[in-house]
Amino acid sequence: MITAPRASESRAAWWFLAPAILLLAVFFVLPVLIGAALSLTDFDLYAIADWRALRMVGLRNFAETLSNPLFRTAVANTLWFALLALPLTLVVSLALALLLDHSALRARSVFRTVFLAPFVTTIVAVAVVFRAMYHPEYGLVNWALGLVGVAPRDWLGSTAWAMPALVLLRVWKSFGYYVLILLAGLQTIPGELHDAARLDGASPWQRFRAVTLPGLRPSLVFIGTIALIDALQLFAEPYVMTRGGPVRATTSVVLVMYEEGFRWWRMGSGAAIALLLFTLLLCVAAGQRWLERRWRVS
Amino acid sequence: MTRRPALLLHGVALMAAVVTSAPLLWMCVASIMPTGEATSTPFRWWPSSPTLEHYRVLFAQLDLGRAAMNSALIAVLTTAASVCCNGLAGYALAKLRFRGRRGITRLLSLLLIVPAPIALLPLFLVLKSLGLVNSYWSAVIPGAATVFGTLLVRQYALAIPDDLLDAARMDGASEWRIVRSIVWPAASPILASLAIWSFVASWNDFLWPLVVLSDDAKYTLPVALAALAGEHVQDTELMMAGSVVTTVPVLILFATLQRFYIRGVLAGSVKG
Repeated sequence: MITAPRASESRAAWWFLAPAILLLAVFFVLPVLIGAALSLTDFDLYAIADWRALRMVGLRNFAETLSNPLFRTAVANTLWFALLALPLTLVVSLALALLLDHSALRARSVFRTVFLAPFVTTIVAVAVVFRAMYHPEYGLVNWALGLVGVAPRDWLGSTAWAMPALVLLRVWKSFGYYVLILLAGLQTIPGELHDAARLDGASPWQRFRAVTLPGLRPSLVFIGTIALIDALQLFAEPYVMTRGGPVRATTSVVLVMYEEGFRWWRMGSGAAIALLLFTLLLCVAAGQRWLERRWRVS
Repeated sequence: MTRRPALLLHGVALMAAVVTSAPLLWMCVASIMPTGEATSTPFRWWPSSPTLEHYRVLFAQLDLGRAAMNSALIAVLTTAASVCCNGLAGYALAKLRFRGRRGITRLLSLLLIVPAPIALLPLFLVLKSLGLVNSYWSAVIPGAATVFGTLLVRQYALAIPDDLLDAARMDGASEWRIVRSIVWPAASPILASLAIWSFVASWNDFLWPLVVLSDDAKYTLPVALAALAGEHVQDTELMMAGSVVTTVPVLILFATLQRFYIRGVLAGSVKG
């Protein structure tokens, strides 16, 4: 039954939408647009005091940012972080999701709760905890590695190990969320497919390759995208644990943006960094769409 | 299934659970160790003499209780605002017939991919020009109405039968009355999910309160903890106690209401 919109209904709709739309427009859409405009100006400490000091500088912020060695280091570090975190997250989450999905496993909900607990913790607090755990002499991590015969190392103090240390924290904190999504994905795979494969004499590994993995593809693409987008926004871990060090080894893009904006009050160049990051994230989202479409066709 | 694979299965799961919970367990244990014991060899899993001294210092001298109150106040306000704004907007987009509905829904889906840090610097300037910086409201605003929350409620509210709403209209019920007596109860599961999701997100948020709350009397727990972590690098036991105070409230909330939390997570992931 299709009826013309009633006046009272449509009026009510706008009243109900008004608070959300107003808040989103003023405190989300407007700032994004202002940010784009700011990136073309030399907005700094003087402009905060007096807007008239503001000048248009065209694309200079972008040119300067892209040629700034600190920004380039930050991009390389952030990509390195993502490159380490993404496969590790996918493998760990997939393995544990398959484990939890196993029909013989008891107390499934207890395991699920334990795995999800790190996800709801505050990143600052667990960064503080991990900083202590990574202590070269007294830390839990080196102690545990010692039990299995791995030599201790100065995790946060060495340029080589600081980033992997942050990656481990990220994987620990987030994998439970991804396990949850993969578990939901596993439920959508019809049991008959597994039965049929078993009748055909497929080994567990063959069934995993031919039934489980294709069935999980949408969930895997989804969590891969989320994990990548989150990894590219790395901030709290280096802010609390390393301050971007040692020797800038863990300086991330958002950390540089934060320092440009709120330490040096160079809002123009900070906004340029935000826009460059956004472009990168859009590419990731576009990549996800492309992957999904390609697989739907094939 | 034979005996041995089942044993192996549970062994691996148990090991994963131990590794996952070890940092949180050690955090709790170290927070009641006497000063210096968490940074000594050999590594210990239990204090020689448990003490609550660090908690006393945190609350009596370092005023962490105030930060906890700030966090609670901001999280409660954010949650209330989020449930009202996103609940009403999500319902309107799902069920009310008006011009512009499709356009707004599509616009929101597009905005979903804009991450919050992008708006960080200019949002600060907007709030500054409104004179809101360093107020509790400034910390509440970004979580009050969210694209994610509105679309989450919309998705769920789509399942409310139109006949039910139209019957109520026939009976002369006002739109507001329909919201209170039909929509609110019907959508209560997703609103509960939204509420706990908003609370946890607000409680845990760091970057935004760090930027917008400059007065340390207004600091939330994560911001206060990060400030302490800078000053008291050596006091590991004290920092562990601070981490316990910051994480344990949400962990308890999650443990008791996880049914709703998990539903929120899954409903959010379906949207993409």
